[in-house]
Amino acid sequence: MASEEVEKMMAAEEVAPVIEPGHTYASITDKISAIVLTRPTPRVWYVVFAFSFALVLLLLFSITYLLVAGVGIWGINIPVAWGFAIVNFVWWIGIGHAGTLISAILLLLRQKWRQSINRFAEAMTLFAVMSAGLFPLLHLGRPWYFYWLMPYPSTMDIQPQFRSPLVWDVFAVSTYFTVSLLFWYVGLIPDLATLRDRARNRFPRFAYGMLAMGWRGSAIHWHRYETAYLLLAGLATPLVVSVHTVVSFDFTIGLVPGWHSTVFPPYFVAGAIYSGFAMVLTLAIPLRKIYGLEDFITLRHLKNMGEVMLATGLIVAYGYLIEGFIAWYSGNPYERYAMLNRLHGPYHYMYWALLLFNVGIPQALWLPRVRTNPLALFVIAICVNVGMWLERYVIVVVSLSRDFLPSSWGVYSGTVWDYAVFIGTIGLFLTLMLVFVRLLPMISIFEMRGLVREEEGSEAASRPQG
Amino acid sequence: MATAPLIYGLMAEFTSPEALVAAAERAHREGYRRLDAYTPLPVEGLAEAIGFHKNRLPLLVLIGGIVGAASGFFLQYWFHVIDYPLIIGGRPLNSWPMFIPVTFELTVLFAALAAVLGLLALNGLPMPYHPVFNVERFELASRNRFFLCIEARDAKFDAAATRRFMESLNPQGVYEVER
Repeated sequence: MASEEVEKMMAAEEVAPVIEPGHTYASITDKISAIVLTRPTPRVWYVVFAFSFALVLLLLFSITYLLVAGVGIWGINIPVAWGFAIVNFVWWIGIGHAGTLISAILLLLRQKWRQSINRFAEAMTLFAVMSAGLFPLLHLGRPWYFYWLMPYPSTMDIQPQFRSPLVWDVFAVSTYFTVSLLFWYVGLIPDLATLRDRARNRFPRFAYGMLAMGWRGSAIHWHRYETAYLLLAGLATPLVVSVHTVVSFDFTIGLVPGWHSTVFPPYFVAGAIYSGFAMVLTLAIPLRKIYGLEDFITLRHLKNMGEVMLATGLIVAYGYLIEGFIAWYSGNPYERYAMLNRLHGPYHYMYWALLLFNVGIPQALWLPRVRTNPLALFVIAICVNVGMWLERYVIVVVSLSRDFLPSSWGVYSGTVWDYAVFIGTIGLFLTLMLVFVRLLPMISIFEMRGLVREEEGSEAASRPQG
Repeated sequence: MATAPLIYGLMAEFTSPEALVAAAERAHREGYRRLDAYTPLPVEGLAEAIGFHKNRLPLLVLIGGIVGAASGFFLQYWFHVIDYPLIIGGRPLNSWPMFIPVTFELTVLFAALAAVLGLLALNGLPMPYHPVFNVERFELASRNRFFLCIEARDAKFDAAATRRFMESLNPQGVYEVER
């Protein structure tokens, strides 16, 4: 029985290598650069772009109205002053985390399967953090004073309060964005040089050439490059853990029942990776289909991402369990009430939906058949995306709406402008993603070349056994 | 003053990284010191084969990190202890555990900036023009070909002898690199 299982698993690995056989340095280079340079843009691209750009226009319109009228157009009030804006901020930041995890942590762990998904996962990180960053800025009320968040020689002689987690957030998120951008750009340099050398028209040649900064693949440059890449991965790894930890501090350092909990940092980080992998799958499954990249993003990648989702989903489920347990075990009536309020209060349907989407449905990933079925994975990934948004809604809104004194309780719901801005950022994210796929290589060409070489070596080594 | 050499160097083309490493090692053993290899992907041992050993980048990153940590902490210390002391929650002015998150973020930020700027500076990039791009086949250095270039400023360089040496390495071809 057990050995049968092992055999089956080995068969699954054989069915799906990290890159389909038969590829050479040249074929990889040509195939990936052709998507940008020569192949006609698929019709789906235009359709999705038109749709998502319409949402960007909706975003611009809503932001304009927000600036004119003020945050009163949103549903926020006392006691729930942190509505959609903070829910969406945490949701988007969390999604970004998978990109860094794939590019940095899996690099340090020498996971070869990361190499065909790291580029667009990193792009996803950047665009998700951009979408996330909009929310706290707009939530400021007077976003044009955003620079007050930064220490600068102010004539008001006053500085940010560095003992506040909200100020830590400013530093964490802006550092995260900067480092992710640097990491992404450094990874792109050799591929930009490839595009420069492949481009046949003057303008692309010039543009990619400028961006490649004259990269010529010198052995000494490569040597320093690999050092820099490894060091950046080593720096990004603790950074990514710190970012969602700091985000969770925004809550845990407050005294609101349902927030003041030590389980938050690890459970936020796990939730971030969970939702991020769900978003990578949501993007990867249609992309590989539309661009015919099944030989680069194989079933092996999808299966591995499904497994990461299953594992992090279980950590998140453990977080929910501990929240409930501590609410009971602490004997604190407010904590206990906060939990009962989630289960039976005015927002109970959200909590139950979140349990269904985040804990219930993803259990299907235990089945190997589900993990290698792109459609099933896509559906589960969408469920997790929704579930993780609901989780942040439950944490932010349900906790705030009923704190210590019943006299100060209130009920919150988002207005049409809350939804417009949220949906607008989804449009912004998709638009940026589509532009990226159109203009830059969505798979790291030079790292894939390395994969061919390693595959050649391992094939030669394994041939006598086969 | 000696007349400047008319060409930048000679370049040989190879089809596999192994052939290039072997050729680079031979050229180095032969006594050539001003040489470089160009590849579409990082090749292990190639930089060492052409005699490159000192990589100063890790040191730069370490310095960046230390500067980031120190400036991050003292930025907060200056504001909250020296410039504008405010007692919050009855805690000491130098409530250092609360300063750690920002200190950490700035450590990472400065170290990462040092890594990227250091990489570019040490590699001499951006450099939009370089003589190697004059070789027509060189565009394959970003696709599937591996190149070795012995530069004319090498003390041992001699147009005819070096070409003979490079042809003995069994390359796909040997090209002159114009300046």
